[in-house]
Amino acid sequence: MALTEHIIMRELEVPTIADFNVYLQHEGYTAWRKALAELAPGDIVKMVRDAGLRGRGGAGFPTGVKWGFLPKDVKPRYLLCNCDESEPGTFNNHQIIDRNPHQLIEGVIISAYAIESNTAYIYARGEFATAAHTLEQGIAQAYAAGLLGKNILGSGYDLDVYVHRGAGAYICGEETALMESLEGKIGQPRLKPPFPAVEGLYGKPTIINNVETLANVPRIVLKGVDWYRSFGTEKSPGTKVFSLCGHVNKPGNYELPFGLPLRELIYSPEYGGGMTDDRPVKIIVPGGASAPWLTGEQLDLTLDYEALAAAGSMLGSGGVIVLNDTVSAPHVAYKMDEFFKHESCGKCTPCREGTHWLVKVLHRMTEEGHAHPEDIPVLHSIYNQMAGNCFCLLGESAVMPIKSALALFPEEFERLLPAGMNGRTNGKHVIELQQA
Amino acid sequence: MKTVKSAAPSTDNRWRIVDAAMRRLGFQPHALIETLHVTQETFGFLDEDALRYIAATLGVPLSQVYGVATFYRAFTLKPKGAHHTCVVCTGTACHLKGLPEILAALEAELGLSPGGSTPDGKAALMTARCLASCGLAPAAVFDGKMVGNLTSATALKRIRQWVEHES
Repeated sequence: MALTEHIIMRELEVPTIADFNVYLQHEGYTAWRKALAELAPGDIVKMVRDAGLRGRGGAGFPTGVKWGFLPKDVKPRYLLCNCDESEPGTFNNHQIIDRNPHQLIEGVIISAYAIESNTAYIYARGEFATAAHTLEQGIAQAYAAGLLGKNILGSGYDLDVYVHRGAGAYICGEETALMESLEGKIGQPRLKPPFPAVEGLYGKPTIINNVETLANVPRIVLKGVDWYRSFGTEKSPGTKVFSLCGHVNKPGNYELPFGLPLRELIYSPEYGGGMTDDRPVKIIVPGGASAPWLTGEQLDLTLDYEALAAAGSMLGSGGVIVLNDTVSAPHVAYKMDEFFKHESCGKCTPCREGTHWLVKVLHRMTEEGHAHPEDIPVLHSIYNQMAGNCFCLLGESAVMPIKSALALFPEEFERLLPAGMNGRTNGKHVIELQQA
Repeated sequence: MKTVKSAAPSTDNRWRIVDAAMRRLGFQPHALIETLHVTQETFGFLDEDALRYIAATLGVPLSQVYGVATFYRAFTLKPKGAHHTCVVCTGTACHLKGLPEILAALEAELGLSPGGSTPDGKAALMTARCLASCGLAPAAVFDGKMVGNLTSATALKRIRQWVEHES
C-alpha cells in the first residue's frame, strides 16, 4: 500500500511545494513558529528522541540521543547538514532539495534551535550546483520573511544558515572529513574520539545530520510523536525515502514506511513495477554500495534497520540497487571497488593500498581475463587485512562488495581462473596464505 | 577585517571577481574551497599564479592550497581546452543501463573517449564516479545540465549539435 500522506515527499500531495509561498500555505514554517512560541530547545530534543527518529545517512543512530551528547554550556555550537550525498545507488537528498527544499531548511532551523546553535551550515556536494543554488534561494526567502537572522519573530533567538559547496570528494560525506572540508582543508577524516558532539567544527561542539533526517523534524514538531510513530515499526518509526535503481522497470525515489518487504519495493506497480524483461533478481545491494549484498532468495526481508542488520546487511542510506541474472558478480564487485579505490583519501594504508590491490586483482580477473591461479585466496587475504583496520568507514565499506561476491557467488570467481585451477580455492589455502 | 594585501597577478579584470569572493567570506582561511571554485569558474582552471595569489591573500600556506586544489576532483590545474563538456556518470546503475554502449558509440562516431576531446577540440568528454542520479541512469551532464535516460543516439545528437554549431 502506498502512503496516503507523505512525511518527506510531500510534493506528491502538493506538486508545487518547492515554491516558498505554496510551502507557506501548506503548513510551511508552522512548526518553526510553534517551536519558537511554545517549545524550549530541550522540549524539541525530547520530541525527536521520543519519536524515535533515526539518522538517515547510513548508521541509523537515534537523532535525539545524538543531540543529547552535546556538553552543557559550551558555546558556540554548530549544526551541520550533510548533503554530500555520493553513495553509489543513493539519490534521495538530491530530490528532496529539488522538490521540497523549504522543509529541509525549516528542519535545519528548528534543529539548530533545538541544539541551541546560532550558526548552521549545509554542506552541498560540489556536483550539486543547482541544489546549492536552490538552497541559497530558499534561505534568502526565509531571511526576508523574518524566519532567519537576528531576533527571529521577536524571540531574541539569532540564527544564520550558510550553504557550503564541496568540490567532488566522496570522503567528505564522512562527518569529520566534512568538517575538515568546511574549514577549507583536504577532506581527510579525523581521529575519533573526540567525537564531533564534543569537539567538532573549529574545535567546538558540532552536530551533523543527514538531509532526510533534518527534513523529518518539522513534521515531528508540528504533528507530534504519536502521529510520527503511526508510521513504520516500533524500533524503526517513520518513513524512509528509498532510492531504487538497477534492473527494475521504474527506478526512482519512493517513500515507504519502515517494515515493508523488499519484494514490495521491487515488484509493486506503485514502486519498482517489477524487473525489466521479467528476469529474476540475482543481487540486491540494499543500502548503497557500502552495504553487504543480499540475493534474490531474500525478497521477504523487511526494509527496516533491525531486519536488514539481522540478515547481515544494512539499511544504510536506503539506496537499493537491484541486479538481475545477466550480471557477473565479480564484475559488479570490480566496478564497486573501483569507486572506493578512486575515492580513498589516502590517509591510511589499509584503505589506500587495499582498494588499489582489490581493483588490480579484480581487473586482471574480469577485464583482462588473465586471472592468476592464486587470485581468489589473494582477494580473501586483501579484504581480511582491510576489515577492521581502516581509519574510517570508507575502507570498511570497500570490503563489502568483494566479500559479499566471494561469499555468495564463489563459483563465478572460480570460473575465471585458468583451466584446472578450481581446486586451489579451498578454505585451507586461504588460511595458509593469511598466516604466511 | 583584512583587506586585499597582495596585488593581483595581472591587471585582468576577472581578478576582481576572485577578490570579491574572498572579501565576502572575510578573507578567512576556511574560504579556500569557495575561492578556488570562483577562480576556476572565472578562469576555467587554476594556474600557479592563481594558487600563489589565493595563498597569500587568505594567509594559507601554498602547500595547503596546492593540496586542496589537487585533492578535490572539481578542480583542475590545466585548461580544459574545449568549449563544451560532457560528463558521463560511470556509477553502477549507469554502467548497467548501457553506458559502455554509449561510450563505444561516442568513440566510434566522434573519436571522443573519456578524458579526451573531439578532434576539433570543441567538445570534451569527462567521467564522474556517480552523479547521484541513478534513477535516471544512464546519466550525463552536458555543459552543466543533467540529462537522464541517455542513449547512444541522444548523446551523439547533443555533442554533434555543439560541434556543428561552432563551425
